[in-house]
Amino acid sequence: MPLNAQIPSGPLAQKWEQYKFDLKLINPANKRKFDLLVVGSGLAGASAAAALAELGYRVKCFCFQDSPRRAHSISAQGGINAAKNYANDGDSVYRLFYDTLKGGDFRAREANVYRLAQVSGAIIDQCVAQGVPFAREYGGLLANRSFGGAQVSRTFYARGQTGQQLLLGAYQALCRQIGLGTVKMFPRTEMLDLVVVDGHAQGIVVRDLVTGQISSHAGDAVVLATGGYSNVFFLSTNAKGCNVTAIWRAYKKGAFFANPCYTQIHPTCIPVSGEHQSKLTLMSESLRNDGRVWVPLNKADRAKPPAAIPETDRDYFLERKYPSYGNLAPRDISSRAAKEACDAGRGVGPGGLGVYLDFADAIQRLGQPIIRDRYGNLFDMYEKITGENASQAPMRIYPAVHYTMGGTWVDYNLMSTLPGLFVIGEANFSDHGANRLGASALMQGLADGYFVLPYTLGHYLATAKRPRPATSRAEFKQAEADTRAFIQRLLTIKGKRTPTSLHRELGRLLWEKCGMARNETGLREALRRIPELRAEFWQNVNVPGESGDLNQSLEYAGRVADFMEFAELLCHDALHRRESCGGHFREEFQTPDGEARRDDQNFAYVAAWEYQGLEKPPVLHKEPLQYEEISMSTRSYA
Amino acid sequence: MNLTLKVWRQKNAATPGRFQTYPARNLSPDMSFLEMLDVVNEDLITRGEEPIAFDSDCREGICGMCSIVINGIPHGGHHGTAACQLHLRHFQDGDTLTLEPWRAKAFPLIKDLIVNRTALDRIIQAGGFVSVSTGGTPDANALPVPKDIADRAMDAAACIGCGACVAVCKNASAMLFVAAKVSHLNLLPQGKAEKDRRVLNLVKQMDMEGFGGCTVTGSCEAVCPKEISLSFIARMNRDYGAAIIKS
Ligand SMILES: Cc1cc2nc3c(=O)[nH]c(=O)nc-3n(C[C@H](O)[C@H](O)[C@H](O)COP(=O)(O)OP(=O)(O)OC[C@H]3O[C@@H](n4cnc5c(N)ncnc54)[C@H](O)[C@@H]3O)c2cc1C
Repeated sequence: MPLNAQIPSGPLAQKWEQYKFDLKLINPANKRKFDLLVVGSGLAGASAAAALAELGYRVKCFCFQDSPRRAHSISAQGGINAAKNYANDGDSVYRLFYDTLKGGDFRAREANVYRLAQVSGAIIDQCVAQGVPFAREYGGLLANRSFGGAQVSRTFYARGQTGQQLLLGAYQALCRQIGLGTVKMFPRTEMLDLVVVDGHAQGIVVRDLVTGQISSHAGDAVVLATGGYSNVFFLSTNAKGCNVTAIWRAYKKGAFFANPCYTQIHPTCIPVSGEHQSKLTLMSESLRNDGRVWVPLNKADRAKPPAAIPETDRDYFLERKYPSYGNLAPRDISSRAAKEACDAGRGVGPGGLGVYLDFADAIQRLGQPIIRDRYGNLFDMYEKITGENASQAPMRIYPAVHYTMGGTWVDYNLMSTLPGLFVIGEANFSDHGANRLGASALMQGLADGYFVLPYTLGHYLATAKRPRPATSRAEFKQAEADTRAFIQRLLTIKGKRTPTSLHRELGRLLWEKCGMARNETGLREALRRIPELRAEFWQNVNVPGESGDLNQSLEYAGRVADFMEFAELLCHDALHRRESCGGHFREEFQTPDGEARRDDQNFAYVAAWEYQGLEKPPVLHKEPLQYEEISMSTRSYA
Repeated sequence: MNLTLKVWRQKNAATPGRFQTYPARNLSPDMSFLEMLDVVNEDLITRGEEPIAFDSDCREGICGMCSIVINGIPHGGHHGTAACQLHLRHFQDGDTLTLEPWRAKAFPLIKDLIVNRTALDRIIQAGGFVSVSTGGTPDANALPVPKDIADRAMDAAACIGCGACVAVCKNASAMLFVAAKVSHLNLLPQGKAEKDRRVLNLVKQMDMEGFGGCTVTGSCEAVCPKEISLSFIARMNRDYGAAIIKS
């Protein structure tokens, strides 16, 4: 049965306005009778919790860090897109919509992307009103820069700390509500299960990470804003705590999981330095505004100092292959081009796994101070990690796992297949298709939280009209008992391997078989290995300590256990999608010059998977992608 | 390289803590400080012991989660560097390092190197925001903000809320943290309407949380991983004075 995305009828540009008018409302005095559970306090969760509380709902918000201000969104560097056309360079809602849909390789839902572009301007207005100190020109107006996959300047930024400043804006809005008593915040609290009552999501089970206590919360609806699953690869640019647990457990309770194989590899990260590596560090895409990417033309020059390689012996491969976008080609394309150069033996640095990102020309053209003003903190970060100064020698960069486009399947209302369960931000699959453009995750997180969910959630509450269950109900008690048993099981194995060693092994397997390039043989191999590794985990993991205490090994082991299951779905989806699109590159499906070959005949759909139990393959549900406004074309950045 | 670590171990606030010594062997100078702790912890787990509990998340110096006093200095005393960004190349083979939690009355200890910093959140809840609700805000460019003012506000807004300023201060004062938030918002035209009540409410909450007074020794600025300037404290004092006169 094809999935119904609940896309409103009418012309694309009017859908959202008309739909908002058609949505059922809840009278202001009645809103305070509803309890809403928001899991996550990143851009999506904090903005949603604040906006819902402002409307009058009673909100409980949960995060596993010690403060909502520390969600992974804080580390976003480069910027946030909006179709303001302040630069007068021809931007418009339509252009942002089109760029995002094309950037996603025509695998996103048209109506969602259009709505995202429509509300983008209001996000910037909102953030400025909150006191977000965006970069400005001398005239006092907002400054813009360019990001990959766009030929206009529509990216707003706050130095290299845009995510920090946007999150602080949302965090402060959230704090205002906490102070007013409309939001109750639960930091250092991890959601470990979703509670479903009569087919509706109406509660969660959480563990207090300080005392270890397991408890339940009931609500009229549940919102998951728990971020992406890049850390299934062990090494990624995500914060250490990022995980798949909340949306995975929701999947096991019936919420379909869409397009897990759409994972994004970011082209500009600091290369791995050794076995001990715990995470990878992104160098913002904004650097490609002024940095030029190159490798030596000849293998023989690989080990030479970059300054000793004359212009004529350098291959500025992005400028050569994609002249109209040059160094600002989209991420999937730039990453593959870097891999190709390294595979051909022309990579630089240890192991030949690196390419140069060179600022010499920009420094000569604009001078040191301007470059420092634009990227100072990124240069500092690079120097701290590598001990090298990027204004004297080019940076060395290499692609790394960075973002996950896949996530819980949601309809136009951002509601999953489980009524009452809404999923927002990176945790859902909605707007980026098979590849996300730079600076559009922040936009999506805030669009979902500030401007979409507050409307659609109200409509659900007004139409579902369900009583809020008591946490003494059997469904809650069962979920609590299951959670306790899961924890006990982890603690009693006392095997020989640490959770980290098993996670690292899983990550390496996925990176090799389901990373930047995938093929049938490799994926089948991974699908054979993952259950073995999972079995090894459950027989041989060593989780020290107790459950009634702060126990970081236990928290981590639980997340790894979920990755061990989720990895299989990821590979399963990658194997089934016999085409290349965006971040999903199947080696069997490429053009003679190595570009992705999409198959719109057979794969122009969202793949939404339904859980059938661990031992059984999941069932595929298709949401056909029907475009009303535009036609799917071959993506070209040449 | 090899190091020796003297680490504060404490099961919880109710149990007394003590230093315990651990060898950290076969390290690479390219490792980060926290990766070194990861290695030590892997070893502890393998030997059936409880690993050292410490906070960290982004490991890029921006989330403010990491909070370790290294050799007596919060974050280890490398200019503008959070503990997670510190790399072993700054240490000598054979060094002995002491690792302690943030120590302050307002930051109760939870376990080992982990403390409870929710007092800082409560300060923000008392007024560290602009009271605008979602929607209905004017166009972002309706109100120009001079670049130097926006830049200065950004300098203050860069605070990561780690609490190193409190941990280093002999009075455990949170003045730099509070001054950074007050300055960020009071400098911008959007924050002006609530300028007075913001500074009064934040300072009041800071006092209620049990943070000490400020004697402007400047140690906070010296250890701040974001190099937040002491001049924001003077700025806040002016705002505070003006607000008191009006109130
Ligand atoms: C280094 C880096 C730089 C980036 N730069 C940019 C950029 O310049 N522009 C851009 O648009 N995008 C950027 N991105 C992407 C963007 O930052 C993220 O996609 C986005 O911030 C995700 O926001 P979120 O609110 O969905 O989730 P997150 O910010 O990841 O928040 C997740 C929240 O969920 C909570 N949580 C998770 N699981 C649980 C659980 N089980 N129980 C309780 N709480 C839980 C966490 O505590 C946290 O509060 C960048 C990403 C990285 C890694």
